[in-house]
Amino acid sequence: MTSMILNGERRAVRAAPDTPLLYVLREEFGLNAAKFGCGLGQCGACTVVIDGAAVFSCVTPVMLAENRQVTTLEGLGTAEAPGPLQRAFIDAQAAQCGYCIPGMMMRAHALLTRAPDASDAAIRAELEPHLCRCGTQMRILRAIRRAADAMRPRSTAEAGR
Amino acid sequence: MRTRRVIAGIGIFGLAAAGAALALAWRPAIAPVPPPAPASFDPALVRRGADLALIGDCRTCHTTSGGAAFAGGLPLPTPFGTLYSTNITPDPETGIGRWSEAAFARALREGVDREGRHLYPAFPYDHYSATSDDDVRALYAFFMTRPAVAATPPPNELPFPLNIRLTLAGWKLLFLHPRDLAPDPTKDAVWHRGRYLVEGLGHCGACHSPRNLLGAEVVSRAYEGGEAEGWRAYALGAASRAPVPWDEAALTQYLREGFHPLHGVARGPMAPVVENLAAVPREEVVAMARYLASLGAGSGTATPPLDPSSGPGQAPQSAGMQAAIEGAGTDLYAATCAACHEGERPPPFGGVSLALSTAISGESPRNLVNVILEGLPARGGTGQPIMPGFGAVLTDAQVASLAAGLRRRFGGGAPWPDLEPAIREARAARHLAARPAAAITPAMTPAMTR
Amino acid sequence: MTLSRRAVLAGTGALILAFSLGSARAQTETGKGEGPRKRGLPGSLDDTPRLDAWIRVGPDGAVTVLTGKAELGQGLKTALLQIAAEELKAPLARLSLVTADTGRTADEGYTAASHSVQDSGTAIRHAAAQVRTLLIGEAARRLGVPAEQLRAEDGAVLGPGGARIGYGDLVTDALLTAEAQPASSLTPAAEYAVLGRPVPRIDIPAKVTGGAAYIQDLRPPGLLHARVVRPPSYGAILIEVDAAAVERLPGVVKVVRDGTFLGVVAEGEWTAIQAMRRLATSARWRETASLPDAAALPDALRALPSRDSTILERGAAGGAGTVIEGTFTRPYLAHGSIGPSCAIAEWQDGGVTVWSHSQGVFPLRRALAGLLRLPDDKVRCIHAEGAGCYGQNGADDAAADAALLARAVPGRPVRVQWMREQEHAWEPFGPGMVASVRAAVTPDGRVADWTHEVWSPSHMMRPGPPGALLAAREIAEPFPPAPPVALAQPEGGGDRNAIPLYAFPNARVVHHFLPEMPLRGSSMRSLGGYLNVMAIESTMDDLARAAGLDPVTFRLRHLTDARAGAVVEAAARRFGWDGRSARAGGGFGFAFARYKNLEAYCAVVVEITLDRETGRVAIERVVAAVDTGEVVNPDGVANQIEGGILQAASWTLFERVAFDRTRVTSVDWSAYPILRFSAVPRSVEVHIVAQPDQPFLGVAEAAQGPAGAALANAIRDATGHRLCDLPLTAGRIKAALGA
Repeated sequence: MTSMILNGERRAVRAAPDTPLLYVLREEFGLNAAKFGCGLGQCGACTVVIDGAAVFSCVTPVMLAENRQVTTLEGLGTAEAPGPLQRAFIDAQAAQCGYCIPGMMMRAHALLTRAPDASDAAIRAELEPHLCRCGTQMRILRAIRRAADAMRPRSTAEAGR
Repeated sequence: MRTRRVIAGIGIFGLAAAGAALALAWRPAIAPVPPPAPASFDPALVRRGADLALIGDCRTCHTTSGGAAFAGGLPLPTPFGTLYSTNITPDPETGIGRWSEAAFARALREGVDREGRHLYPAFPYDHYSATSDDDVRALYAFFMTRPAVAATPPPNELPFPLNIRLTLAGWKLLFLHPRDLAPDPTKDAVWHRGRYLVEGLGHCGACHSPRNLLGAEVVSRAYEGGEAEGWRAYALGAASRAPVPWDEAALTQYLREGFHPLHGVARGPMAPVVENLAAVPREEVVAMARYLASLGAGSGTATPPLDPSSGPGQAPQSAGMQAAIEGAGTDLYAATCAACHEGERPPPFGGVSLALSTAISGESPRNLVNVILEGLPARGGTGQPIMPGFGAVLTDAQVASLAAGLRRRFGGGAPWPDLEPAIREARAARHLAARPAAAITPAMTPAMTR
Repeated sequence: MTLSRRAVLAGTGALILAFSLGSARAQTETGKGEGPRKRGLPGSLDDTPRLDAWIRVGPDGAVTVLTGKAELGQGLKTALLQIAAEELKAPLARLSLVTADTGRTADEGYTAASHSVQDSGTAIRHAAAQVRTLLIGEAARRLGVPAEQLRAEDGAVLGPGGARIGYGDLVTDALLTAEAQPASSLTPAAEYAVLGRPVPRIDIPAKVTGGAAYIQDLRPPGLLHARVVRPPSYGAILIEVDAAAVERLPGVVKVVRDGTFLGVVAEGEWTAIQAMRRLATSARWRETASLPDAAALPDALRALPSRDSTILERGAAGGAGTVIEGTFTRPYLAHGSIGPSCAIAEWQDGGVTVWSHSQGVFPLRRALAGLLRLPDDKVRCIHAEGAGCYGQNGADDAAADAALLARAVPGRPVRVQWMREQEHAWEPFGPGMVASVRAAVTPDGRVADWTHEVWSPSHMMRPGPPGALLAAREIAEPFPPAPPVALAQPEGGGDRNAIPLYAFPNARVVHHFLPEMPLRGSSMRSLGGYLNVMAIESTMDDLARAAGLDPVTFRLRHLTDARAGAVVEAAARRFGWDGRSARAGGGFGFAFARYKNLEAYCAVVVEITLDRETGRVAIERVVAAVDTGEVVNPDGVANQIEGGILQAASWTLFERVAFDRTRVTSVDWSAYPILRFSAVPRSVEVHIVAQPDQPFLGVAEAAQGPAGAALANAIRDATGHRLCDLPLTAGRIKAALGA
């Protein structure tokens, strides 16, 4: 049986090893953020972070998450206590229908963790795998920029401790 | 294609050769001319030059991603340092605006710029040397009518002594020879045209032929396969290991449309090549294909599992492809690849049957590893195959096991001996996906204009 | 159905004048508003006058606002709550909203055509104001003071001497059952506390934290998962399938086959998907090559039989001048919801409850009741939010699938979600269209003649009739196909925005309605407005060029509507149109339209850089000005306009449904490319031209026409060529440029 560390907690997985991670997250663990969009790795709606890297959960068999750190949008905060990236998306009102947003946020989370000083051009380039049909991209870019700016002083401070 | 590995070993040897041949090495400047007026060129000549520039892939190296066309500055990383492509717009100060046609011709065929400096052979003048006077004139007309852009590329980052251009004279002495393009009475005019384009402007051998330690193509082993930007440029002709042998029709379709149902899609550094060839007159591509097909059929013996003209199979494309083979268990191929590669949807948008893929049967695992790690990333708003990469979730051991397993399962041949280093190198080379891939838009209607 | 529309449908192909409106309201895309107003009440109150159909107040003072419209990602919930809070004088936090539910809310037809704030917002506004008046009246009665001495504030009525009675204490069972009156005491704009403010959307926090925000996230107890196997092509017949083998798979509950309708119900979602694929693999179909040649689609459309109507006839034809003509074409376009359609259905006691992201739960109920051969009251449809739909996507069809599959397993809720390929192949596309304009301009820059003809299939194939649902056409006893509906002017369908807003003395507009549909089509954002505005605004640009006039000046010369002129001027000024300077490869484009000639005014300026060697377009800067009447939420307006601009950029540059003679082949995002971040403009600015005392105007689709046209005009400016066939791909631009 596979087990993984999901949003900080070790969880055993009942599903067969070839089940895509997306269905394990949604069905077995009742999580909502990772979305089915295409099942083909073409739109990014299912994106989660595994060991710091953004991956399409719809095409990743759960066996590949064995013993790894899996982070979903639920791991970044709650509506009551949103994390900095979530706060930035709320502040920038960066959603219309919002269906694509969790995937984008997870890739942005991986990027900003790895490269807190990411340039605007780097943020755009990083989001290329993601589609938004409502046309909210300008706000999404603003929100990620805002989050990067908000997160940077703190990470600098933490580094200095 | 862009040749990033050319100067391996030029080093000390080149310096010595240059010293010995100093007299030969020195080339005079050609006097600058007032920039010719764009209107002075015959528009028909300019149009021909545009097609030739596409066949020569000029723009591909002389333009940065998102930068002004032909303004140069694209980094060409090599094992010894980084070269930057030059500005070939007609800007008088930073481009080639003051170059006469003679200076342009000398650069193209002899690798010497107007000022008399030797050019690095990343610029494939060893192929362009075959270009006819007429075609040089057309290319000149094309470049002199482009918008002038003031841009100076960053200085090359090469260590001593490679940064001494005179060393290149020695290299040229050894390797820059006229190509033998004598007429072959057994061949037709189309073949001759194809040979002229493939050996000359098309510079196919620059990637598809092996190079020696001094970075020059090994003429005796032409088209036995080479390296390009971290990808394997597979052997063409007799040495090809494509499961289904290439023929003229398949080559034509592949070069023009960027895919063939029995071979898959052109990606990596081949993507801009097919994008360029998609826009040139069809007969030029047919000619190239005829010549390339005449190089031999290779060793492939696979029977095509489907008639490429028969279209999709019975299963609805709309059934949903995204189901792994039932009960795949821990079989990585069944759980991650099979859904698309056995999905009954033909290339280019469906995954090619891996039994047909040269990535599996080829002489090097590098392309397979690249594609497993990085996939075929989505780029821009153009129709093209998209494949997710698995580099973030597969360990090196898993990639190795998957690649070796695919080779075994699909009868690709003896196990690759160099799988682990290929994976390490591919992981280290993050620039692989950096180049926008070509659009594949089958059968687009021509625009109506008024 | 109005008399005039019936006349059109019965038309013989001859040009007939139709759509004289008189006192009748034409059929609109919302499915409501047909026929004369019943009571003379504002907005949807006219159909549903009881106040408690809109506003309910609990004994604890909590307010429930009800709307028959649905949240589609456009920010409707927040806007309606702002309106209710403003007029009720109750804190936003005490308000909750119930959206479209046939069991609870008013029937407001479809949430479509940028009508929601007009229809439902207006109703809620007046209902809330009247409820406030009633509550004050009740307080006056209880306190024994004249109502004029009382005022409402913060969910309570306040009176002299510190008297304060909360709404919860005032409300009685009977109080809000009153019917609305024609007049309401509305809050003047100057006193707004909530309206007109950029109130943060109430739905966003859940959406960015993984809350249950969508129908896809609903997990009622006992939930089963289902998938359908759609045929490979239109009209394909299922010949055989090995249902028994699939039914034996562990976790599979049932395979349902009814004619060509085929689906599978399973305990788990992944099991359902694998079973679906197994079913698809074993199924054999008979297909018919019924599609036109995609490369000649415009010709195929124009060759179809048409029902023609002249929708504008002004002045005399044949005015002299320099003639500009162009034939503009658009391919079929996919709605392309990022989340494929989904529905949940549960059968109980011979009836069914269906959760759907349909834009119209009441029409869907009628269609499902027909399909299932049930009386309407045995079917309840509840809206649950899906991914953005931009018109009629597969939502209603998925609802029908769920209802049919759930019928096989009564007592357990069944959730169906379409696969990506199914959504791309089977959704009702935005129809392919042709619009041709011929115009003449005098040497002094006046448009002397104008003829616009548009050929379009129906943009309104929504349910109501069961035959509009895919499954109803697939079952063994299929329903007849739904009749094609030509939406009437002034809102129009394929002819939406075909009548120019410009004051041309001589003008004719002809609508060639095409009852046949080569591909399945229905409503998609802005309907025909996108192509008609593209045709008009491209021609205006070329006329200005022919007359040697600045395109903005030229437009202003022909606009008599002061609000239109103000929006055009605002966009030009904010962009710095007069100070723009040519760059190598640069291009500027301007366009304007008033959506439907009835809703928001929008002008857009686009600046591009064109790479002549590849034909690729980079959008540098977009500036839009919009007048949407009174603004409920300025940030919401900006969000909608920004979205419309980017969506239109994607349609204009990239999109085309591809098909061979049998099948739709663009069944995923690789074969149906849309805008990705690399093509997102460098900057987009939206400026609102304030009109605080004017009625609400629909805004959600106002930008698509002018944004697409401005982009086309920028491409014309940069290339010197007018490209008329959408999409304006890099390949086509390159081909037009030659060398």
